[in-house]
Amino acid sequence: MSVALLIDFGSTWTKLRALDLDSRTLMATAQGPSTVASDINVGLDEALARLGDALGGLPSFAYRLASSSAAGGLRMVTIGLVRELTAEAARQAALGAGAKLCGSFAYRLTTADEREVEALAPDIVLLCGGTDGGNRDVILHNAQALARSAIRCPVVVAGNREVTDEIVAMLSEGRRLVMPTANVLPALDTLDIEPARIAIRDVFMRRIVSAKGIDRASARIDHVLMPTPAAVLEGARILADGVEGREGLGPLVVVDPGGATTDVHSIGAGEPSEPGVIRYGLPEPHAKRTVEGDLGMRHNVAAIVAAVGLDTLAANAGLGIEEAGGALSRVEASVEMLPATDIERQMDGALVRAAVDIAMKRHAGTVETVYTTQGPVQVQRGKDLSAVGWVIGTGGAIVHARDPASILAVACTDTRDPGSLRPRAPRLAVDADYLLYAAGLLAQIDPAAAFDCARNHLRLLDPACSSPASILASERRR
Amino acid sequence: MPRTLVTGVIGADTHIVGNRILSMALEDAGYRVVSLGALTPAGDFIKAAVETAADAILVSSLYGQGELDCRGFRDLCVEAGLEDILLYVGGNLVVGKQPWEAVERRFLDMGFDRVFPPGTRVEAALTALADDFAARETR
Repeated sequence: MSVALLIDFGSTWTKLRALDLDSRTLMATAQGPSTVASDINVGLDEALARLGDALGGLPSFAYRLASSSAAGGLRMVTIGLVRELTAEAARQAALGAGAKLCGSFAYRLTTADEREVEALAPDIVLLCGGTDGGNRDVILHNAQALARSAIRCPVVVAGNREVTDEIVAMLSEGRRLVMPTANVLPALDTLDIEPARIAIRDVFMRRIVSAKGIDRASARIDHVLMPTPAAVLEGARILADGVEGREGLGPLVVVDPGGATTDVHSIGAGEPSEPGVIRYGLPEPHAKRTVEGDLGMRHNVAAIVAAVGLDTLAANAGLGIEEAGGALSRVEASVEMLPATDIERQMDGALVRAAVDIAMKRHAGTVETVYTTQGPVQVQRGKDLSAVGWVIGTGGAIVHARDPASILAVACTDTRDPGSLRPRAPRLAVDADYLLYAAGLLAQIDPAAAFDCARNHLRLLDPACSSPASILASERRR
Repeated sequence: MPRTLVTGVIGADTHIVGNRILSMALEDAGYRVVSLGALTPAGDFIKAAVETAADAILVSSLYGQGELDCRGFRDLCVEAGLEDILLYVGGNLVVGKQPWEAVERRFLDMGFDRVFPPGTRVEAALTALADDFAARETR
């Protein structure tokens, strides 16, 4: 029997998944505390002991692969030229690489910006600016600013290729690791973030893993391959696109509401689903990840309440204002809180629906009618996700919810907001065993096994109740 | 090193055909063309020119609203650090029967370097570009 061990070094838990590579099924899961601050092995050993209990002894693993979001995740600063162009392309590349964006800068860095980047102390800086053959002054100015600053972290350079050599020489002087790669925006109509993503992942494996003390577990694992959000995106990508010999599910969306942020991943071209629609803005990444730092179920409850309103939230939870307020204050008092009472569960349901609703609205593209002298024209910004076939929920807030379908339904088309290009009639499913990250990791070595495991464990929600319209109707009746 | 030109149709104007023909002819003539297409806001011409370090912006307008759309175009360029960029505009720039000289004067006053009437041939634009770039080199 061949078994793969997939590890997620999280900020709270060290999570393990043991996959049987012959039957392509999950054998066992286990978790221990996250102990990256002291010795990462303590939590890992605890989790491994539990896994051994579950399996009746630890098998010898064919692969032992890990992802990490511990020790603050992969903190990145991006720098570009025009905010809507190379600066945006840089953000897309960093998010796609699983980074936690702590700052995004555009145009020339000022002295104050320099101080800010120093204070942010990122793990990696992604330096972009100018299309190939385009502007070179600004990225050179910004490289000089980095070179003379106290910033010593690795720099990935993905701007106008004409000045890449010069920039590498300039930045290498401070004994920094400098990683040159292809321009994220070689031409205005071409987004090319894959090379930058690969470079970021490479730096992550070579440098960040040891800088954060994750490599102390190197005797127990083979590789720490990528940040956990990148592994989830990769898992979503193989599920959608398929792998050699396996047909994928087609375009899909993954929503992941967490304690501090809500992530949305979409895989697909996002081209207009109706003829005659004109696209506006930068090309969109095939695998797109957005992170809403203000939509956390625990750490940012106040922001969700501010966005939705306490009365709406209470009504959505089926609670009175006072009951709702009480439940919210208990959440705010303890971010570790798991819902114990019915009221708390109802409140959590309302919070997660609000977070998913807003996060999906921000992730999905929009279409608006522009009236011209030649008649009305439809203009699309962002990705058209209306024809997406699947919406998949992952993370405890969805998986442990009483009615996951009611949460995923709010990610779909909303008649009150017809300009939002959200999935219209997708199938709804849950990553019930939290396997997407594990599949994303395993895909680096055995793509077919990774696909099969992810596919086998996708729990399709009851089709009778998973029609978004009927769920929304029942939600509103409640 | 070829010169870089930004082309597009400004405002809520969907007339793309002539602009596409112009862009193709400019490319054939050896220019690097950043073609923004129809329905392009003024600000997007300038953002594209900044990012691509363009040498000229060629604005098309066919639907008669060009005067409104182009107002302040040079000011936007100056604001974005493109003081010296070459600016052309052409097409059906205004509605009604207005003397061409008056129309041309109005757009020159807005800061465009050249203004082209309806029916201009591609060759005229190519000649103008060659002349203007040559003049800039001797400056």
